[in-house]
Amino acid sequence: MRTCKPVTCPVCGCLCDDIDLQVDRGKIVKVKNGCSMCEAKFLSYSGHRLLKPLIRKDGKLVEATMEEALRKTAEILIDATYPVLYGWSSTSCEAIREGIELAEEVGGVIDNTSTICHGPSVLGIQDVGISTCTLGQVRHRADLIVYWGSNPWSAHPRHVERYTMFSEGRFERSEWRDYIVKTKSSTTKKKVESALRIAPQQKTGAPAPARTGPCPAILKEGRRLIVVDVRKTRTAELADYFIQVEPNKDYELFQAFRALIRDEEIDVDRVAGVPVDDLEEVADAMISCNFGVVFFGLGLTMSSGKARNVDAAISLTRDLNRWTKFVIMPMRGHFNVTGADTVFTWQTGYPYAVDFSQGFPRYNPGETSIVDILVRRESDAALVVASDPVANFPRRAVEHLVRTPLVVIDPHFNATSQVADVVFPSAFVGIETSGTAYRMDHVPLPLKRVVKPPKGILSDEQILRKILTEVRKLRKERSREAV
Amino acid sequence: MTGRTIKQGVGKEHGKGSQDYLENVAVCYIDPEDLKQLKIKEKTPVQVSTPYGSVVVRAMKSRRGPHPRLIFIPYGPWANAITDPETDSVGMPSLKGVPAELEPAPDKSVMSLKELLEKQFGKETNANL
Repeated sequence: MRTCKPVTCPVCGCLCDDIDLQVDRGKIVKVKNGCSMCEAKFLSYSGHRLLKPLIRKDGKLVEATMEEALRKTAEILIDATYPVLYGWSSTSCEAIREGIELAEEVGGVIDNTSTICHGPSVLGIQDVGISTCTLGQVRHRADLIVYWGSNPWSAHPRHVERYTMFSEGRFERSEWRDYIVKTKSSTTKKKVESALRIAPQQKTGAPAPARTGPCPAILKEGRRLIVVDVRKTRTAELADYFIQVEPNKDYELFQAFRALIRDEEIDVDRVAGVPVDDLEEVADAMISCNFGVVFFGLGLTMSSGKARNVDAAISLTRDLNRWTKFVIMPMRGHFNVTGADTVFTWQTGYPYAVDFSQGFPRYNPGETSIVDILVRRESDAALVVASDPVANFPRRAVEHLVRTPLVVIDPHFNATSQVADVVFPSAFVGIETSGTAYRMDHVPLPLKRVVKPPKGILSDEQILRKILTEVRKLRKERSREAV
Repeated sequence: MTGRTIKQGVGKEHGKGSQDYLENVAVCYIDPEDLKQLKIKEKTPVQVSTPYGSVVVRAMKSRRGPHPRLIFIPYGPWANAITDPETDSVGMPSLKGVPAELEPAPDKSVMSLKELLEKQFGKETNANL
């Protein structure tokens, strides 16, 4: 038995780098400090495992040798006139670099999962810039935290503990004690209420009196948490103040806040279903904090307005900087989606949806982004690396993806692998192979190799390098035959 | 409305062919009041339809209410059978805020991942993995 620590967790964009693992005879047996997703990954990654490449023959996926699978992949990519290479956010920066070289070689489109998560955020940032910082700054200094359209309790379980409300910063203390008191009192209240419900006179129940004056929670000392979402998520239950916005109305709410912090009157009583009086309280809290931060999630990028919502969120942050210090940050999902954007940008000049079909990188989301290409049925082959578009894309896009030849490189045997034509099993980055990944605040962190991969399993980087070599070899062979 | 839940996150790490994933993703969280109104019992099949398709999932009582007339299906192949592929020229499909119709479907059953993929895309999948 040996202990590996600290290990960086390769699950979400938080990249928690304080995980302790106990390894016994090449198997991870215990995980300390991790969230439930981290534990599930480290303890059960080896189940449902494919150990040999697969090729579809006569409609069925059958085991094949590495050489056969490489040759088949090279043929698919060379024969295609407009292949798409997609995925990249759950692999290392080193593998992404290889992928970009391959995309350039085959003249295809390379796109990463930003396209269906924070792609609109990138567009918003390109439009208006961004005032941001690292998570360390947030941890030590932020006294007002806003989660807007994001639910870290479910998607980034340790974000609150490591960086915001429950983290012990140098200048701001953790709020977990208050939270426990609050939870206990609300449990007691619920018990009392359920006991009282037995009494017949309480059955009809008078409506709760309308609250007058400011909400006490928003005036409290120390760190304060505001959650804006369309439904009361688990994160919203932690909040000092929860704003339930109507679906697809985030843009209006941002603009209302912008008006309020400029001391302008709003002529209506409610904006996006929220009373203006409540918004005024929150706007006051925003102006009066010392260091505020907005974390926004897919609630903004996936609903109506998309990039414009992010544009409005950043503009609000910029306006708030006239009064106090305010920053904003997207809650990136996959562990290296920030790295994918970063590597794409330093290699091609653009963060995602990069088209090499004309021999030089071109970027026009909406035209060169994968969902649009698939819905327009333009691509004629696809290579998917470390992603599961069959599970994550709208059905119309998937229909075209599975109609054309499909190659998958992934450690999991996922929904996309099931309908692929060639499948390469690969090693888990951050468990069986090392690499670099970028945290959501653009801090690069090393991923460790904790255990050996099964015999014959290569990393994504090695497989991509082999595909690239095979493509070049096949090209040469074909040009020789042509002569 | 689609999104991530902690159970979906854990289920996907256990493997997408797993029963755990199916139980946590092929579901639809509905406001308790709406359940009552539509006379739907918890854990029974319901059919969710949008202009882009329809899918049968299990109804679950939402503990995050009240959010009347708002339903939530975790990210996954079941949700994506009915989401809007329109990207409004920014590359991003509209995965949240899609208008949908909900009806009880006690006689229908929830398809497994294999059945769903084979029915939608007509490619044979490997059953043993």
